[in-house]
Amino acid sequence: MIRLEPRLTRPKWLAFAVPIGSIFAAMILGALLIMVSGNDALATYGRIGERAFGDVVAWTDTIIAATPLLLTGLAAAAAFRMGLFNIGGEGQFVMGAVAAAWTGLALGPLGGWVAIPVMVLSGIAAGSIWAAIPGFFKTKFGTNEVITTLMFNYIAASFASFLIFGSESFVRELEGSGKVFPQGKVISDDVIWPAFGGGGFSVPLGFILGCIAAMALWLLYRQTRFGFEIGVVSDSPEAARYAGINVPRTGLAVMTISGGLAGLGGASNIGDIRHMLDPKGLNQSGYGYTGIVVAALARWNPIAVIPVSILLGGLANAGRSLQGEDFPAGLVGTLQGLLLFCAVSGEFLTRYRVRVAARRPKVEVKAA
Amino acid sequence: MNDSIVMAVLISAIFYGTPLLYAALGEVLAERSGVLNLGVEGMMLMGAVVGSVISSRLDAPGPIVLLVAFLAAMVAGALTALLHAFATITLRVNQTVSGLTLTILAGGAGLSSYLANVWQLKDPATHQFQRLNIGGLKDLPIVGPLLFDQTLLTYLSWVAVAVCSWYLFKTRTGLNLRSVGESPSTADAMGLNVVRTRYIHTMIGGAMAGIGGICFSLSIVPTWVDGMTAGRGWIALALVIFGFWRPLWVMVGAYLFGALSSLSLILQARGFAVPPELLDSLPYIMTVVVLVVVSAGWSSKTLSAPDALGTAFEREAR
Repeated sequence: MIRLEPRLTRPKWLAFAVPIGSIFAAMILGALLIMVSGNDALATYGRIGERAFGDVVAWTDTIIAATPLLLTGLAAAAAFRMGLFNIGGEGQFVMGAVAAAWTGLALGPLGGWVAIPVMVLSGIAAGSIWAAIPGFFKTKFGTNEVITTLMFNYIAASFASFLIFGSESFVRELEGSGKVFPQGKVISDDVIWPAFGGGGFSVPLGFILGCIAAMALWLLYRQTRFGFEIGVVSDSPEAARYAGINVPRTGLAVMTISGGLAGLGGASNIGDIRHMLDPKGLNQSGYGYTGIVVAALARWNPIAVIPVSILLGGLANAGRSLQGEDFPAGLVGTLQGLLLFCAVSGEFLTRYRVRVAARRPKVEVKAA
Repeated sequence: MNDSIVMAVLISAIFYGTPLLYAALGEVLAERSGVLNLGVEGMMLMGAVVGSVISSRLDAPGPIVLLVAFLAAMVAGALTALLHAFATITLRVNQTVSGLTLTILAGGAGLSSYLANVWQLKDPATHQFQRLNIGGLKDLPIVGPLLFDQTLLTYLSWVAVAVCSWYLFKTRTGLNLRSVGESPSTADAMGLNVVRTRYIHTMIGGAMAGIGGICFSLSIVPTWVDGMTAGRGWIALALVIFGFWRPLWVMVGAYLFGALSSLSLILQARGFAVPPELLDSLPYIMTVVVLVVVSAGWSSKTLSAPDALGTAFEREAR
């Protein structure tokens, strides 16, 4: 009979063995699927690896693809630290993009030194506000944040579509081809965010800001009184209240930080990548949801979010450039899903010890 | 009279509300057992793609093909849900994370799209669910087009609402189900099998989401498009809250949301300029309002979510 025993201590080696084992398990499952559907699994993986990490050009594209995932991943990780599920990274990302497109267009004539910092800050602010509203409902009324943040994604998506397709807004291109096909107005070259690097390899500003944010978040949660309070609230809101911690205020602050990170991702989408508001593209990319995958895979650790976002960014980058007859669409999403399922299931091994023992009817726990 | 704008809205409310109704009814059953499954969108798409391939490739008389497609879509949805059940019930993975993973794995950029590619779904589904003019009554004023000119899927959805209502509130097993969702440890002490109840209802939820999927692939959008359910799975989740976990109210909500999703098209076709994006966001805004009102305690306690919703049952942790 199989029995589960909660572990009292978690061995250190499991913290590394489980994620790596999960990646292998997911690759094996993915390979089976690819073979069943009549393709060569090893060749497919080889091509993914080459397109994702093969040379400097591949690495540059992978880092670009990783940038939004890094920031939405940090957003999810920041909220989960307090046991909050911010599923709204998607909507906060969109609102950040709207704000950055707006300020980028409005301040374009003033040049990059003025406009780019304002784009960054307005993106953060818009994402923060969009997360603070469900955060307020949560802390004031106890409204489940999973569903409200989810609904706010769709409200944000509708709003962005309205700006481009439903109105003659400031961020919409009304001249030239914009008369025929509704599209966003492109920001001027002066306010496109700088990229850093050399020899064909470059890193966008958004990714660097994301790495700084990851370290700041880690310090905030590890080294400060505020971070300690968040941990207490997460473990026991009751105890936190008795200790004099303002639980609602802490929760609201965490949601605001989380939303700000996703909003920064949206701003980077405008400044680094798309250079205009593209509601359809944002809608299809699902950065917010993938961010939760990234954070869960990183076991909600801000620093670990960086390598995980590069891994999933590489997968996304390879999927985009390989898509075609013998590399079906949907394979990347499937691999990402398998990866996460294996990772979260593997998590179980760090929490429970699985004992195969002689049948003892009184204490058995059914494991399916 | 049957051509009036009100009738046009009502007719499309039922047409577009039917997939929402199936998916939301299934989610009601799963959530009543305490399992929140955010993977509705993925389960719907798996049902849709499997139903679509059977409709196009199975060589048999139309009614038989549709029956097989219907059953296969249920199986596809249920198997997708089984992943979620195994992860959350047996492995105690967080339900939110697992559900999202399910949507990423199976959703519009995942397995459903991969399968559609592998199976080369390009042409419209060969066999589709057509409107059935029951007893030739479709020309009756008002009730004709609404009640007697629907597809078989819609007629079946009405049966499903009745059966779910009766099952939840009038049968012993329904009572057991609700007790598992409210307090699994009490239910366990009473001798109920919490794990089995949750597995079964999560899978029934998936099966019904699968039917919701073929409402798209074999009726609304017969030609395969990746991610054809276009976020309806998330609306179904909202509907469950909107309908307070009650089948009848969920039906009302499904038709209301169905009406909203078609209202902008109908209004535009008749020359009213309403930004469709604003109407699109109404269901979501309404759901947030309902959720806030309920959680703020401005309404009766009996309308709130099952107490154990979203929590794993750990027998040894009592």
